[in-house]
Amino acid sequence: MTALIEARSLAKHFPSRDGKAVVKAVSEVSLAVAEGETLGIVGESGCGKSTLARLLLRLIEPTSGDILFRGESLIDLDAAALRKRRRDIQIVFQDPYASLDPRMTIASIIAEPLDIHGIGSRAERRTKTLELLDLVGLDPAAAGRYPHEFSGGQRQRIGIARAIALEPRLVVLDEPVSALDVSIQSQILNLLADLKARLRLSYIFISHDLSVVEHVSDAVAVMYLGRIVEHGKTEDVLSNPLHPYTQALVSAVPEIDPAAKRQRIVLSGDPPNPEHIPPGCPFHPRCPQAFDTCRNLLPPLETVRGRQIACHLIHIGASALPRNP
Amino acid sequence: MSAEALLSVEGLTVGFNTEEGPVRVVEDVSFSVVAGETLGLVGESGCGKSVTAQTIMRLLPSPPARIDGGRIRFEGEDLVVLPEPRMRKVRGDRIGMVFQEPMTSLNPTQRIGRQIAEVLALHRGMNYTQAKESVIDALRKVGIGNAERRLDQYPHELSGGLRQRVMIAMAIVCRPKLLIADEPTTALDVTIQAQIMELLKALQRELGLAILLITHDLGMVAEMCRSLAVMYAGRIVETGPAATVFARPRHPYTAGLLSSSPRQARRGERLPSIPGLVPPPGKRSTGCSFADRCGRVTDRCRRELPPLASFGAGAAACWNPVP
Repeated sequence: MTALIEARSLAKHFPSRDGKAVVKAVSEVSLAVAEGETLGIVGESGCGKSTLARLLLRLIEPTSGDILFRGESLIDLDAAALRKRRRDIQIVFQDPYASLDPRMTIASIIAEPLDIHGIGSRAERRTKTLELLDLVGLDPAAAGRYPHEFSGGQRQRIGIARAIALEPRLVVLDEPVSALDVSIQSQILNLLADLKARLRLSYIFISHDLSVVEHVSDAVAVMYLGRIVEHGKTEDVLSNPLHPYTQALVSAVPEIDPAAKRQRIVLSGDPPNPEHIPPGCPFHPRCPQAFDTCRNLLPPLETVRGRQIACHLIHIGASALPRNP
Repeated sequence: MSAEALLSVEGLTVGFNTEEGPVRVVEDVSFSVVAGETLGLVGESGCGKSVTAQTIMRLLPSPPARIDGGRIRFEGEDLVVLPEPRMRKVRGDRIGMVFQEPMTSLNPTQRIGRQIAEVLALHRGMNYTQAKESVIDALRKVGIGNAERRLDQYPHELSGGLRQRVMIAMAIVCRPKLLIADEPTTALDVTIQAQIMELLKALQRELGLAILLITHDLGMVAEMCRSLAVMYAGRIVETGPAATVFARPRHPYTAGLLSSSPRQARRGERLPSIPGLVPPPGKRSTGCSFADRCGRVTDRCRRELPPLASFGAGAAACWNPVP
């Protein structure tokens, strides 16, 4: 079966600020999302997850690699064809305060994609806008109000309404609940689940919050310094992580249940800087299990125990494979 | 309040003068921090937790902020009425403070060694040469390697995690008994957050530090705090030993916060959520502020403000507590 969206060896390299070096924001990323699936992408700041989101929508041009939507390359499309294709792929950003135009009413914000794509008559667009407001749990009577009159959670509902206005197949959610309080976060996560079921959407859900990603995702890709280091089914990757970085990440999340004491792997050192990617395995300077090979040789992504993992430990015998944290 | 309380806040009420008149943001808040222990002050944005912390340090400009009532007892003094020159001696010396954003709380134009030394200049009258050894010692205590070399760096040359360590070094360089940490890891990545949590625990053991931890993260409270106080719409709605409150929350808001976290739910399941929004200051009812969002609401809740009542080891302000 053809994937809904597929990335093949995607890379994005920028010149550094002083122009002397190359920032490898994303390197050799390959992934696929099936129809109706949610793929979670996790990683810390600088891991390239937001750059990857923008690449998948071709909001920025990849340095190399390809993006296929239902088997058709997005890279080959000219501007007009790309614009058409974008109806199928939409994005919701983290900051509902910064991503909505404060001078537009929420009705015009939500209707804008419909206007741009010339969908329906004016009256039909108006009706559709009111339906969308209702669908995301906002009062259609509020259509004439402005973004500042809404709370953070309500603004994120507006951003979501706008993203689904064109009935896309795929929505890329870039940290959609990170700016929200816990009690509001769960409202938005439930809304996203409802919309996915009703509109048969697929999601790429980008977040630094492992518990959120674990809750919503069928599959998870863990990124470190622009590369995928572990990728597989959510229950495999997050409940039984094999890559030392995934293990540290999972163990770093504070546990609510005070009875559930467990061993925390505290990584030494700073989060990595994509302007200075270490040689060999990019994780080796912080890896508690690094050995000589890791310092010299970049580990390829290989399939082990039903998931993909980029780690030399898998070759030095099963007994050396990282255990559960 | 118990005798061993290092800090005890009693009936603290704080208001702001706004264009629409005075607005109460913190009302009748009481809690105490025991020497050498950590109290978590938990709540969502706008609940008044940061205003409470800043009031303890008397950092809010007045006007518009105004302490309308209550006492803040710290080592035998009431910080509410302490004259400003004496308050200046408390701030940074006997009470240290760490904020969420290390980049905005550090001076970008000054080398970090000088910035930390400034605290010693202010409180101990030391010049840079005299202070240098204590500064290096403080940097080592917060786990900054190569301390001598770091002295001459500027904040922008450091990562977010290192900047937060520098902030903590500044806060402990005078050996305070109390550290107020306001969302100390919120701006940091999860692996760095884990480092800072371990550091705060180690400093507590080593220096006998009491910590008032202000956070929205219940997981962090569970890991760091012996006791907690949950704030909602300017008031404390539940308080008690962390283990008791997490095992058996009595206030419906605490219960809702705990169950709406995706950590507690099974994958793909609907998350229990708290409907509606926090009422803004000035628009709070005479009854319980949580009434409009509460699944256990009764008529009395809308009319009468529930007082904090004891339940076993803890207390909750609720007319119809979770059984």
